[in-house]
Amino acid sequence: MTLEVVTEEKQSNSILNSESFDSFLDKIEQKALRQKAWKAFQGTPMPTRKDECWRFANLSDLDLDRFCRMPRMSEQSEAALVERSEYLHGISGKMIFADDNWVSTEPLSEQLQSQGVRFLSLKEAFAQLPDLMCEHFMKELTQLGSDKFFALHGAYTTSGAVLYVPKGVQIEEPFVVYHWLSQQGAAIFPHTLVVAEENAKVSLVDFYLSANEETSGFACGQSHVVAGDNANVFRKSIQYFNEQSTVFQVDTHTAGRDSQVRTVAVNLGGKRSRFENQLRMAGAGSNVEVYSLTVADESQEFDQRTLQVHQAPNTRSDLLYKNALLDKSRTIFSGLIRVEEEAQQTDAYQTNRNLILSDAAEASSLPGLEISANDVKCSHGATSSELDTASLFYMLSRGIKKEMAEELLVFGFFEEVIEKVESEELAENLRNMIREKFKRSNR
Amino acid sequence: MNSLEIKNLAVEVAGKAILEDFSLTIPKGEVHALMGPNGTGKSTLAKALAGHEDYEIASGEVLLDGQNIVGMEPDEIARAGLFLAFQYPSEITGVSIANFIRAALQSRQEEGEEFVATAYYKDLYAKMDALKMDRSFTSRSVNEGFSGGEKKRCEILQMMMLEPAYAIMDETDSGLDIDALKIVAEGVEQQRGPDRGFLVITHYQRLLNYIVPDKVHVMWEGKIVQSGGKELAMELEEKGYDWVKETYASAS
Repeated sequence: MTLEVVTEEKQSNSILNSESFDSFLDKIEQKALRQKAWKAFQGTPMPTRKDECWRFANLSDLDLDRFCRMPRMSEQSEAALVERSEYLHGISGKMIFADDNWVSTEPLSEQLQSQGVRFLSLKEAFAQLPDLMCEHFMKELTQLGSDKFFALHGAYTTSGAVLYVPKGVQIEEPFVVYHWLSQQGAAIFPHTLVVAEENAKVSLVDFYLSANEETSGFACGQSHVVAGDNANVFRKSIQYFNEQSTVFQVDTHTAGRDSQVRTVAVNLGGKRSRFENQLRMAGAGSNVEVYSLTVADESQEFDQRTLQVHQAPNTRSDLLYKNALLDKSRTIFSGLIRVEEEAQQTDAYQTNRNLILSDAAEASSLPGLEISANDVKCSHGATSSELDTASLFYMLSRGIKKEMAEELLVFGFFEEVIEKVESEELAENLRNMIREKFKRSNR
Repeated sequence: MNSLEIKNLAVEVAGKAILEDFSLTIPKGEVHALMGPNGTGKSTLAKALAGHEDYEIASGEVLLDGQNIVGMEPDEIARAGLFLAFQYPSEITGVSIANFIRAALQSRQEEGEEFVATAYYKDLYAKMDALKMDRSFTSRSVNEGFSGGEKKRCEILQMMMLEPAYAIMDETDSGLDIDALKIVAEGVEQQRGPDRGFLVITHYQRLLNYIVPDKVHVMWEGKIVQSGGKELAMELEEKGYDWVKETYASAS
């Protein structure tokens, strides 16, 4: 096998370049909005690991000037990606983007259309749902340190889906969005906005994928979920970019009165990935469950920051982040639970479990609590451990070969999160992705 | 040949001698009970036979139908035909009972041999029915959230599926109520036969009302101090372990 050496030079039309932003601006509506974001980006200093929000993070050699916005690929290349966008069937709608360019949308059923459900690309949403965009587009600000990347996203984002589900409409089958990174040096800014009104029910799955293993790319995404009173929203995100990718993702959620919000994130890809996840329990009685699974290998770094904010009484949040670390990989988990004064009778839980499968791997945990109410139940805990030797002996004593026993134990660790996706097809696809990753690393 | 023969076994844990010069032969077709007070080395014997790395066999032999299993890896010992029912079975998060037993059976297959899932499930369900286990157990994680009785039943189920030549039951009765105890004992009784030998380790005589042993051995400070028929268990129950201590403390 010959390996092509990819040169990673500064690009004259890089996303950091003011002229490239100006030429982008020429072609887009919402000029004021974009300009404001661009100014914010320029005016915000690059974070350093001295910042509390960036402790332990590796910020050297980010070199964002390697990345550019890309034109559409050939029809053939796009068609190939469409063919690969088949991880889930039995769905309510599908949208595919490649290098931030819209590729296709599977139209909604007539029934959903007649119920007033809207599943639009970001560009369509700006044109067709101006009030909704005005109210919700990037209105929930980041509090976890990624202001600069959040602003960059606001300046450039053109891809991703906006899903609006009106009052009382309950949809069982998920909406699916595929975000592909493909061309060498591509920068993408995938956006997701889910607005579920009172008593609505909906689920959406975002896949973040690479077309190949070699090209380096940059993904700077943002998602926001708004769950209205008594609404039920389930968002799943699967990130399996190649290991040349640089990833920043800010997810925010607002849970209304008595709403249920669940999220499952599975993160496998990226050379270096930063995830911020904010959960705001704004309405009394809201219940939010947050699950994350990361499998890190080689020299991958996953930097995870979470914030659970309880603002109303009788709210509950439960967060579980599981990381498995191989080779020389690193994970950082920093989680904060904040219970505001009004949020009496709150239950808030935060757990980070790290399974260390290599002596050279390193997991850092920074759990935190900030409680202003006096009648709350809160717990946080972080553990890092190797494979349990008692469990391993138990399996061996049944005659299970060591290699298989270890694999079963490791996959058993993942299963707690995988089964939360509540779709056997998706669960099986996730298991296969993880198996593939294990195999590739010749373990 | 047709026996599990423990010869002059010495076992150390963290450099401390627990068993010394321990010998015991269990012929196929027989059930032997090993009784004794806590801390006398019963569980150490079980773990050492199963090949646990923390239990170092300093000297002696364990011949499983003539094959010395000392020094073999735990999974090799299991595949050679030894089964250990644990006193405290581990909980294995995220691994279902069905997949767990399947992996154990597949590990016993020759390379290229096909695993027939339908036949496997048929067999598994039949044995679960015999143990009065609900079929929903197959998809539950091994031992996770199980009651004491459920855990022990799960151990018996594994034994029934793996059909070992010799089974060691390490205090299988501890923590069981009488109903669970009966079911577990029935499972063992069903498995009893000319092709299998049992070593039933227990602290209490009550288990032996349901699993009637061919031989009873009394263990004290790492050695068998007395052997006899099933009536020895009754005697022990009457007199209590203090009697063992008083009788053998002076001798050792």
